[in-house]
Amino acid sequence: MSDKTGDVDYYLSQSGLDSEREKEIGQHIGYRYDVNLVPDYERLTPFLARYIETMGWPDLNWLEDVHMGYEEGRPAVFDRNINGWVSVPQDLELPDNQQDRDMLARELLVKFQMSPRHPMADLNGAYRKF
Amino acid sequence: MAELSPADRHKSHDLGLHAEQLSGRTQQVFFSPEEGDNYTYPEGFDVDFTKKAEIDAAEMDGPQVNLRIRELMGEGYGHIVVKNPLAKHSLGVGILNRLKLDFEGSLGYFGCGLIDGPNVHIQGRVGWSCAENMMAGVVVIEKNAGSTFGAALRGGDLVCKGDVGSRTGIDMKGGTIIVGGRAGAFTGFMMQRGRIVILGDAGINLGDSLYDGTIFVGGTIASLGVDAVPGEITDVEAGWLEKKLATYGLKAPRGVENLTKIVAGKQLWNYDNLEPSEKKIAL
Repeated sequence: MSDKTGDVDYYLSQSGLDSEREKEIGQHIGYRYDVNLVPDYERLTPFLARYIETMGWPDLNWLEDVHMGYEEGRPAVFDRNINGWVSVPQDLELPDNQQDRDMLARELLVKFQMSPRHPMADLNGAYRKF
Repeated sequence: MAELSPADRHKSHDLGLHAEQLSGRTQQVFFSPEEGDNYTYPEGFDVDFTKKAEIDAAEMDGPQVNLRIRELMGEGYGHIVVKNPLAKHSLGVGILNRLKLDFEGSLGYFGCGLIDGPNVHIQGRVGWSCAENMMAGVVVIEKNAGSTFGAALRGGDLVCKGDVGSRTGIDMKGGTIIVGGRAGAFTGFMMQRGRIVILGDAGINLGDSLYDGTIFVGGTIASLGVDAVPGEITDVEAGWLEKKLATYGLKAPRGVENLTKIVAGKQLWNYDNLEPSEKKIAL
Protein backbone atom coordinates (compact mmCIF):
# COMPACT_ATOMS: atom_id res chain seq x y z
CA MET A 1 0.00 0.00 0.00
CA SER A 2 1.16 3.49 -0.67
CA ASP A 3 -0.62 4.83 2.35
CA LYS A 4 -3.02 3.99 5.11
CA THR A 5 -6.09 4.42 2.88
CA GLY A 6 -5.07 1.43 0.75
CA ASP A 7 -5.18 3.44 -2.48
CA VAL A 8 -2.09 2.57 -4.51
CA ASP A 9 -2.40 5.85 -6.45
CA TYR A 10 -2.93 8.00 -3.36
CA TYR A 11 0.24 10.09 -3.80
CA LEU A 12 -0.36 10.46 -7.52
CA SER A 13 -3.81 11.88 -7.05
CA GLN A 14 -3.48 13.67 -3.67
CA SER A 15 -1.02 16.14 -2.20
CA GLY A 16 -0.37 13.92 0.81
CA LEU A 17 -0.79 16.85 3.19
CA ASP A 18 -3.15 15.18 5.63
CA SER A 19 -2.26 16.22 9.16
CA GLU A 20 -2.59 19.74 10.55
CA ARG A 21 1.18 19.96 10.81
CA GLU A 22 1.64 18.94 7.17
CA LYS A 23 -0.89 21.53 6.05
CA GLU A 24 0.83 24.15 8.20
CA ILE A 25 4.30 23.60 6.77
CA GLY A 26 3.09 22.65 3.29
CA GLN A 27 5.24 19.54 3.26
CA HIS A 28 4.51 15.86 3.63
CA ILE A 29 6.06 14.29 6.75
CA GLY A 30 7.55 10.83 6.45
CA TYR A 31 7.92 8.56 3.44
CA ARG A 32 5.44 8.54 0.56
CA TYR A 33 5.40 4.77 0.47
CA ASP A 34 5.59 1.94 2.96
CA VAL A 35 9.31 1.55 3.61
CA ASN A 36 8.62 -1.54 5.68
CA LEU A 37 6.93 -3.48 2.88
CA VAL A 38 9.04 -6.59 2.27
CA PRO A 39 9.11 -8.05 -1.25
CA ASP A 40 6.84 -10.80 -2.45
CA TYR A 41 9.27 -13.10 -4.25
CA GLU A 42 6.45 -14.63 -6.28
CA ARG A 43 6.56 -11.41 -8.31
CA LEU A 44 10.28 -11.42 -9.08
CA THR A 45 10.99 -10.38 -12.69
CA PRO A 46 13.37 -12.38 -14.97
CA PHE A 47 15.81 -9.44 -15.09
CA LEU A 48 16.01 -9.28 -11.29
CA ALA A 49 16.49 -13.06 -11.09
CA ARG A 50 19.46 -12.77 -13.45
CA TYR A 51 20.86 -9.83 -11.45
CA ILE A 52 20.70 -11.83 -8.20
CA GLU A 53 22.43 -14.78 -9.88
CA THR A 54 25.16 -12.54 -11.30
CA MET A 55 25.88 -11.06 -7.90
CA GLY A 56 25.82 -14.46 -6.18
CA TRP A 57 23.20 -13.38 -3.63
CA PRO A 58 20.44 -15.58 -2.26
CA ASP A 59 17.77 -12.91 -2.72
CA LEU A 60 17.16 -9.27 -3.71
CA ASN A 61 19.62 -8.05 -1.07
CA TRP A 62 19.82 -4.22 -1.10
CA LEU A 63 16.93 -4.03 -3.53
CA GLU A 64 14.60 -5.15 -0.74
CA ASP A 65 14.72 -1.51 0.36
CA VAL A 66 13.89 -0.10 -3.06
CA HIS A 67 10.27 0.88 -3.65
CA MET A 68 8.28 2.84 -6.17
CA GLY A 69 7.84 6.24 -4.56
CA TYR A 70 6.06 9.38 -5.60
CA GLU A 71 7.70 12.77 -5.94
CA GLU A 72 5.89 15.93 -7.01
CA GLY A 73 2.94 13.89 -8.21
CA ARG A 74 5.06 11.63 -10.41
CA PRO A 75 6.07 8.02 -9.87
CA ALA A 76 9.78 7.99 -9.08
CA VAL A 77 12.49 5.88 -7.47
CA PHE A 78 14.97 7.22 -4.94
CA ASP A 79 18.53 6.65 -6.07
CA ARG A 80 20.78 6.69 -3.00
CA ASN A 81 23.88 7.04 -5.18
CA ILE A 82 22.81 10.48 -6.38
CA ASN A 83 20.68 11.30 -3.34
CA GLY A 84 17.72 12.19 -5.50
CA TRP A 85 14.58 10.94 -7.18
CA VAL A 86 14.66 9.50 -10.66
CA SER A 87 11.31 9.79 -12.40
CA VAL A 88 9.56 7.01 -14.22
CA PRO A 89 8.78 7.94 -17.87
CA GLN A 90 5.19 9.18 -18.14
CA ASP A 91 4.28 6.74 -20.90
CA LEU A 92 5.22 3.72 -18.80
CA GLU A 93 2.10 1.98 -17.54
CA LEU A 94 2.22 1.25 -13.82
CA PRO A 95 0.99 -2.07 -12.38
CA ASP A 96 -2.10 -1.84 -10.18
CA ASN A 97 -0.40 -2.97 -6.96
CA GLN A 98 2.57 -1.79 -4.94
CA GLN A 99 4.46 -5.12 -4.96
CA ASP A 100 4.66 -5.19 -8.78
CA ARG A 101 5.46 -1.48 -8.84
CA ASP A 102 8.33 -2.14 -6.44
CA MET A 103 9.72 -4.87 -8.71
CA LEU A 104 9.52 -2.45 -11.66
CA ALA A 105 11.28 0.22 -9.56
CA ARG A 106 14.09 -2.22 -8.70
CA GLU A 107 14.61 -3.17 -12.32
CA LEU A 108 14.68 0.45 -13.50
CA LEU A 109 17.09 1.46 -10.74
CA VAL A 110 19.58 -1.38 -11.33
CA LYS A 111 19.68 -0.65 -15.07
CA PHE A 112 20.20 3.05 -14.39
CA GLN A 113 22.84 2.64 -11.68
CA MET A 114 24.88 0.20 -13.73
CA SER A 115 24.68 2.35 -16.84
CA PRO A 116 27.59 4.48 -18.11
CA ARG A 117 25.18 7.45 -18.24
CA HIS A 118 24.67 7.38 -14.46
CA PRO A 119 26.13 10.51 -12.78
CA MET A 120 28.33 8.29 -10.60
CA ALA A 121 30.29 7.27 -13.69
CA ASP A 122 31.40 10.89 -14.15
CA LEU A 123 32.08 11.32 -10.44
CA ASN A 124 34.12 8.15 -10.44
CA GLY A 125 36.25 9.43 -13.30
CA ALA A 126 36.70 12.81 -11.67
CA TYR A 127 37.44 11.87 -8.08
CA ARG A 128 38.58 8.25 -7.87
CA LYS A 129 42.00 8.17 -6.24
CA PHE A 130 43.05 4.60 -6.88
CA MET B 1 31.46 31.97 -6.03
CA ALA B 2 34.79 33.23 -7.40
CA GLU B 3 35.46 32.76 -11.09
CA LEU B 4 37.39 29.57 -11.65
CA SER B 5 40.68 29.71 -13.48
CA PRO B 6 40.93 27.51 -16.59
CA ALA B 7 43.35 25.26 -14.71
CA ASP B 8 40.61 24.54 -12.19
CA ARG B 9 38.07 23.67 -14.82
CA HIS B 10 37.10 20.09 -14.66
CA LYS B 11 34.16 18.12 -15.95
CA SER B 12 32.88 17.89 -12.38
CA HIS B 13 32.27 21.67 -12.60
CA ASP B 14 30.18 21.12 -15.69
CA LEU B 15 28.00 18.86 -13.60
CA GLY B 16 27.32 21.83 -11.34
CA LEU B 17 28.79 20.17 -8.29
CA HIS B 18 30.73 23.22 -7.14
CA ALA B 19 28.02 25.84 -7.46
CA GLU B 20 24.80 23.97 -6.91
CA GLN B 21 22.14 25.40 -4.67
CA LEU B 22 21.47 22.94 -1.90
CA SER B 23 17.73 23.19 -2.14
CA GLY B 24 15.13 20.91 -3.61
CA ARG B 25 15.46 17.19 -3.98
CA THR B 26 14.06 16.43 -7.39
CA GLN B 27 16.83 16.13 -9.93
CA GLN B 28 14.59 15.95 -13.00
CA VAL B 29 16.35 12.80 -14.11
CA PHE B 30 14.25 10.25 -15.97
CA PHE B 31 14.85 6.56 -16.50
CA SER B 32 15.60 5.70 -20.08
CA PRO B 33 13.55 2.85 -21.54
CA GLU B 34 16.50 2.06 -23.84
CA GLU B 35 18.86 1.32 -20.94
CA GLY B 36 20.76 -1.93 -21.46
CA ASP B 37 20.63 -4.99 -19.22
CA ASN B 38 23.58 -4.03 -17.04
CA TYR B 39 24.27 -6.02 -13.88
CA THR B 40 27.49 -4.53 -12.51
CA TYR B 41 29.01 -1.07 -12.15
CA PRO B 42 30.77 0.08 -15.34
CA GLU B 43 34.01 0.70 -13.43
CA GLY B 44 33.87 -2.62 -11.56
CA PHE B 45 36.33 -5.46 -11.98
CA ASP B 46 35.24 -8.34 -14.20
CA VAL B 47 35.74 -11.30 -11.87
CA ASP B 48 35.05 -15.02 -12.12
CA PHE B 49 33.66 -16.79 -9.00
CA THR B 50 35.40 -20.02 -10.03
CA LYS B 51 38.83 -18.37 -10.06
CA LYS B 52 40.18 -18.72 -6.52
CA ALA B 53 43.19 -17.16 -4.74
CA GLU B 54 44.55 -17.17 -1.18
CA ILE B 55 46.21 -14.49 0.91
CA ASP B 56 48.19 -15.31 4.06
CA ALA B 57 47.72 -12.18 6.18
CA ALA B 58 49.97 -13.29 9.05
CA GLU B 59 52.84 -10.96 8.13
CA MET B 60 50.78 -8.23 6.43
CA ASP B 61 49.07 -5.14 7.88
CA GLY B 62 45.48 -4.18 7.11
CA PRO B 63 46.08 -1.84 4.14
CA GLN B 64 48.39 -4.39 2.53
CA VAL B 65 45.71 -7.07 2.75
CA ASN B 66 43.08 -4.73 1.32
CA LEU B 67 45.32 -3.68 -1.58
CA ARG B 68 46.14 -7.31 -2.31
CA ILE B 69 42.41 -8.11 -2.47
CA ARG B 70 41.99 -5.26 -4.97
CA GLU B 71 44.92 -6.51 -7.07
CA LEU B 72 43.48 -9.99 -7.19
CA MET B 73 40.08 -8.66 -8.27
CA GLY B 74 41.90 -6.74 -11.01
CA GLU B 75 43.37 -10.06 -12.15
CA GLY B 76 39.87 -11.54 -12.36
CA TYR B 77 39.82 -13.58 -9.14
CA GLY B 78 36.25 -13.84 -7.90
CA HIS B 79 36.89 -16.02 -4.85
CA ILE B 80 39.50 -14.88 -2.35
CA VAL B 81 40.39 -16.66 0.91
CA VAL B 82 42.23 -14.68 3.60
CA LYS B 83 44.12 -16.94 5.99
CA ASN B 84 45.37 -15.77 9.40
CA PRO B 85 43.52 -12.43 9.62
CA LEU B 86 44.53 -12.45 13.33
CA ALA B 87 41.83 -9.91 14.35
CA LYS B 88 43.51 -7.10 12.44
CA HIS B 89 41.42 -3.97 12.03
CA SER B 90 39.64 -2.64 8.93
CA LEU B 91 40.11 -5.73 6.81
CA GLY B 92 37.98 -6.18 3.69
CA VAL B 93 36.81 -2.57 3.51
CA GLY B 94 35.70 -0.55 0.49
CA ILE B 95 35.03 -3.46 -1.86
CA LEU B 96 32.59 -2.21 -4.51
CA ASN B 97 32.43 -5.39 -6.55
CA ARG B 98 30.87 -8.81 -6.79
CA LEU B 99 33.22 -11.18 -4.97
CA LYS B 100 33.31 -14.21 -2.70
CA LEU B 101 35.56 -13.37 0.23
CA ASP B 102 36.31 -15.81 3.06
CA PHE B 103 38.18 -14.95 6.25
CA GLU B 104 39.58 -18.00 8.03
CA GLY B 105 39.69 -16.45 11.49
CA SER B 106 38.52 -13.32 13.34
CA LEU B 107 38.49 -9.63 12.38
CA GLY B 108 39.20 -6.58 14.55
CA TYR B 109 37.14 -3.41 14.42
CA PHE B 110 35.53 -1.85 11.32
CA GLY B 111 35.87 -5.06 9.32
CA CYS B 112 34.13 -5.16 5.92
CA GLY B 113 33.00 -1.53 6.18
CA LEU B 114 31.80 0.52 3.19
CA ILE B 115 31.28 -2.50 0.97
CA ASP B 116 28.94 -2.64 -2.00
CA GLY B 117 28.36 -6.13 -3.35
CA PRO B 118 30.61 -8.89 -1.99
CA ASN B 119 29.60 -12.10 -0.25
CA VAL B 120 31.75 -12.31 2.85
CA HIS B 121 32.06 -15.24 5.22
CA ILE B 122 33.95 -14.88 8.51
CA GLN B 123 34.73 -18.04 10.43
CA GLY B 124 35.54 -16.32 13.72
CA ARG B 125 34.43 -13.22 15.63
CA VAL B 126 34.36 -9.52 14.69
CA GLY B 127 35.08 -6.35 16.69
CA TRP B 128 33.19 -3.05 16.78
CA SER B 129 31.30 -1.66 13.81
CA CYS B 130 31.50 -4.63 11.51
CA ALA B 131 30.06 -3.78 8.06
CA GLU B 132 29.37 -0.17 8.99
CA ASN B 133 27.92 1.77 6.06
CA MET B 134 27.53 -1.40 4.02
CA MET B 135 25.60 -0.64 0.83
CA ALA B 136 24.96 -4.11 -0.58
CA GLY B 137 26.18 -7.68 -0.27
CA VAL B 138 26.16 -10.39 2.36
CA VAL B 139 28.33 -10.68 5.48
CA VAL B 140 27.98 -13.81 7.62
CA ILE B 141 29.83 -14.16 10.93
CA GLU B 142 29.90 -17.60 12.52
CA LYS B 143 30.63 -16.47 16.11
CA ASN B 144 30.04 -13.26 18.12
CA ALA B 145 30.25 -9.56 17.21
CA GLY B 146 31.14 -6.41 19.16
CA SER B 147 29.24 -3.14 19.59
CA THR B 148 27.66 -1.02 16.86
CA PHE B 149 27.34 -4.05 14.62
CA GLY B 150 26.08 -2.82 11.22
CA ALA B 151 26.25 0.86 12.19
CA ALA B 152 24.62 3.07 9.55
CA LEU B 153 23.91 0.04 7.38
CA ARG B 154 22.36 1.08 4.05
CA GLY B 155 21.58 -2.25 2.43
CA GLY B 156 22.39 -5.94 2.19
CA ASP B 157 22.28 -8.78 4.70
CA LEU B 158 24.46 -8.78 7.81
CA VAL B 159 24.26 -11.99 9.80
CA CYS B 160 25.86 -12.85 13.14
CA LYS B 161 25.13 -16.39 14.25
CA GLY B 162 26.24 -15.67 17.84
CA ASP B 163 25.63 -12.72 20.19
CA VAL B 164 26.13 -9.03 19.35
CA GLY B 165 27.01 -6.05 21.54
CA SER B 166 25.18 -2.82 22.22
CA ARG B 167 23.82 -0.32 19.68
CA THR B 168 23.52 -2.89 16.93
CA GLY B 169 22.09 -1.26 13.80
CA ILE B 170 22.51 2.25 15.17
CA ASP B 171 21.35 4.78 12.56
CA MET B 172 20.70 2.07 9.99
CA LYS B 173 18.94 3.31 6.86
CA GLY B 174 18.24 0.01 5.14
CA GLY B 175 19.27 -3.60 4.88
CA THR B 176 18.74 -6.55 7.18
CA ILE B 177 20.63 -7.46 10.35
CA ILE B 178 20.08 -10.98 11.67
CA VAL B 179 21.34 -12.03 15.10
CA GLY B 180 21.24 -15.72 15.93
CA GLY B 181 21.81 -15.13 19.67
CA ARG B 182 21.30 -12.17 21.99
CA ALA B 183 21.61 -8.44 21.26
CA GLY B 184 22.85 -5.77 23.68
CA ALA B 185 21.35 -2.49 24.89
CA PHE B 186 20.02 0.17 22.52
CA THR B 187 19.74 -2.17 19.55
CA GLY B 188 18.15 -0.27 16.64
CA PHE B 189 18.99 3.11 18.21
CA MET B 190 17.88 5.91 15.84
CA MET B 191 17.10 3.35 13.17
CA GLN B 192 15.45 4.96 10.13
CA ARG B 193 14.53 1.98 7.98
CA GLY B 194 15.52 -1.62 7.35
CA ARG B 195 14.97 -4.75 9.41
CA ILE B 196 16.63 -6.26 12.49
CA VAL B 197 15.85 -9.86 13.45
CA ILE B 198 17.04 -11.05 16.87
CA LEU B 199 16.38 -14.70 17.57
CA GLY B 200 17.49 -14.52 21.22
CA ASP B 201 16.90 -11.89 23.90
CA ALA B 202 17.20 -8.13 23.39
CA GLY B 203 18.76 -5.74 25.92
CA ILE B 204 17.35 -2.54 27.39
CA ASN B 205 16.00 0.35 25.31
CA LEU B 206 15.36 -1.66 22.18
CA GLY B 207 14.59 0.60 19.21
CA ASP B 208 15.19 3.84 21.11
CA SER B 209 14.24 6.90 18.99
CA LEU B 210 13.23 4.62 16.15
CA TYR B 211 12.11 6.72 13.17
CA ASP B 212 11.02 3.84 10.96
CA GLY B 213 11.99 0.25 10.15
CA THR B 214 11.09 -3.01 11.83
CA ILE B 215 12.63 -5.11 14.62
CA PHE B 216 11.67 -8.75 15.24
CA VAL B 217 12.64 -10.48 18.49
CA GLY B 218 12.44 -14.19 19.28
CA GLY B 219 13.33 -14.04 22.99
CA THR B 220 12.54 -11.58 25.75
CA ILE B 221 12.93 -7.79 25.51
CA ALA B 222 14.47 -6.15 28.59
CA SER B 223 12.76 -2.85 27.78
CA LEU B 224 11.64 -0.75 24.82
CA GLY B 225 13.20 2.62 24.05
CA VAL B 226 11.48 5.93 23.32
CA ASP B 227 8.81 5.67 20.62
CA ALA B 228 9.28 1.93 20.01
CA VAL B 229 5.94 0.10 20.08
CA PRO B 230 4.71 -3.42 19.30
CA GLY B 231 3.29 -4.16 15.85
CA GLU B 232 1.60 -7.07 14.10
CA ILE B 233 3.39 -9.43 11.71
CA THR B 234 1.75 -9.57 8.28
CA ASP B 235 1.54 -12.69 6.11
CA VAL B 236 4.07 -11.26 3.64
CA GLU B 237 6.47 -10.56 6.51
CA ALA B 238 6.05 -14.08 7.92
CA GLY B 239 6.87 -15.58 4.51
CA TRP B 240 9.81 -13.24 4.10
CA LEU B 241 11.17 -14.08 7.59
CA GLU B 242 10.86 -17.82 6.98
CA LYS B 243 12.74 -17.56 3.69
CA LYS B 244 15.41 -15.18 5.00
CA LEU B 245 16.22 -17.21 8.11
CA ALA B 246 16.33 -20.48 6.17
CA THR B 247 18.81 -18.90 3.75
CA TYR B 248 21.31 -18.61 6.60
CA GLY B 249 20.46 -21.90 8.30
CA LEU B 250 18.62 -20.19 11.15
CA LYS B 251 15.21 -20.75 12.66
CA ALA B 252 12.96 -18.70 14.94
CA PRO B 253 12.85 -20.44 18.36
CA ARG B 254 9.03 -20.57 18.47
CA GLY B 255 8.25 -20.03 14.79
CA VAL B 256 8.26 -16.76 12.86
CA GLU B 257 4.62 -16.08 13.71
CA ASN B 258 5.60 -15.86 17.39
CA LEU B 259 8.36 -13.30 16.93
CA THR B 260 7.64 -9.98 18.62
CA LYS B 261 7.50 -7.17 16.09
CA ILE B 262 8.57 -3.66 17.10
CA VAL B 263 7.91 -0.57 15.00
CA ALA B 264 8.07 3.22 15.40
CA GLY B 265 5.25 4.87 17.32
CA LYS B 266 5.92 7.92 15.10
CA GLN B 267 5.35 10.32 18.01
CA LEU B 268 8.79 11.81 17.37
CA TRP B 269 7.94 12.57 13.74
CA ASN B 270 6.08 15.66 14.89
CA TYR B 271 8.27 16.44 17.87
CA ASP B 272 8.52 20.18 17.18
CA ASN B 273 4.75 20.44 17.13
CA LEU B 274 4.16 18.76 20.47
CA GLU B 275 3.13 20.61 23.60
CA PRO B 276 5.70 20.46 26.45
CA SER B 277 3.52 17.98 28.34
CA GLU B 278 3.30 15.78 25.24
CA LYS B 279 7.08 15.89 24.80
CA LYS B 280 7.46 14.53 28.32
CA ILE B 281 5.22 11.62 27.41
CA ALA B 282 7.08 10.97 24.14
CA LEU B 283 10.41 10.94 25.92
